[in-house]
Amino acid sequence: MNLNATIIGQSIAFFVFVWFCMKYVWPPITAILEERQRKIADGLEAAERAQRDLNLAQDKVAEELRDAKKQGADLIELANKRANQIIDEAKEKAREEGKRLIAGAKAEIDMELQRAKEALRAQVAAIAIAGVERILESSIDQAANEELVKKLATEL
Amino acid sequence: MGFWAINVDTMMISLLLGTFFLGLFRYCIKSATASKPGGLQNFLEIIVEMVQSNVKNSFSSKNQLIGPLALTIFCWIFLMNAMDLIPVDWIPLLAQTVAGDPHLYFKAVPTTDLNITLGFSISVFFLMIYYSVKIKGLGGFLGEFAFHPFGKWALPLNLILELPGFLAKPVSLALRLYGNFFAGEVIFLVIALVGYWQLPLHFGWAVFHILVVTLQAYLFMMLTIAYLNQAHTHH
Repeated sequence: MNLNATIIGQSIAFFVFVWFCMKYVWPPITAILEERQRKIADGLEAAERAQRDLNLAQDKVAEELRDAKKQGADLIELANKRANQIIDEAKEKAREEGKRLIAGAKAEIDMELQRAKEALRAQVAAIAIAGVERILESSIDQAANEELVKKLATEL
Repeated sequence: MGFWAINVDTMMISLLLGTFFLGLFRYCIKSATASKPGGLQNFLEIIVEMVQSNVKNSFSSKNQLIGPLALTIFCWIFLMNAMDLIPVDWIPLLAQTVAGDPHLYFKAVPTTDLNITLGFSISVFFLMIYYSVKIKGLGGFLGEFAFHPFGKWALPLNLILELPGFLAKPVSLALRLYGNFFAGEVIFLVIALVGYWQLPLHFGWAVFHILVVTLQAYLFMMLTIAYLNQAHTHH
């Protein structure tokens, strides 16, 4: 084992290889590693941001839902009120109609009563006259007595 | 052979493995994406992230060179070490067949050649000196040896204490790696001589060496980072 120029050759080769590594190997690989690190960091940050957005959206959804429910309840209440109102109105109308019908019927009954009274009166007058004729047994001048009988009849 | 001889076997395999390492990374980068990494990309990214986190933990200053330097050292030395998991006679046999010389001496594991490991450690040593001078100035760099740890009145003592420690760094760096793999390879060779028992023994030693291969590459990388960190900081 003797020392010789291999030392120099190896040293030159060493410096050339280190230079090549420094120029063409190390920078691209470390750049790739750094880029991946950055990408991962970005991805994690994006995920975090998305989570935050999601929470925000969920809060908003809950709020909207609450609003919608409240609106629905309001509408139902309004509808109930309106229905009650309509029912009340209908009841009022029916009552009035009933009253009107009752009044009409009463008027008709009165009229019928009047008519019946008239007929009864006429019949009573005729009966009275017939009775009188029977009593007198004579034929009185009808025309002369008509006035009397009518008067009688109206006084009945 | 004189000093200007070059060990073609280890040098060639060293260059092949270094090219393979850079080529693999370049091939992967061509189709690499940040969003959908494939299997190879995942594997290479794990290595790069391991190196990156080690640099971040043990290197306190800013220097664009340290990351690529550590990655090159780790991968290249790992691949060189891993050559010892290939059965010891395959590559020499192949080389002998190709060369047509049955007595050709061929070393398949570059880190069993002290020249290769010294090539690494001396390069690191030069980087240490370069950055020390660049950061602290020549005076500051030399002052660390002269005025440490006992102040300027004990200058010779300081030099005796500090200089060997500094010079020992590249030597220990190279010898540790070389020693581990030269010894490991010798054991492989010994195991290859014991007949049929070599199969389980070889398996056991290879499994143990999977650990050593990774550990030594990692150690070389970490020590390089630590030494360069020392070069960047004031004591």
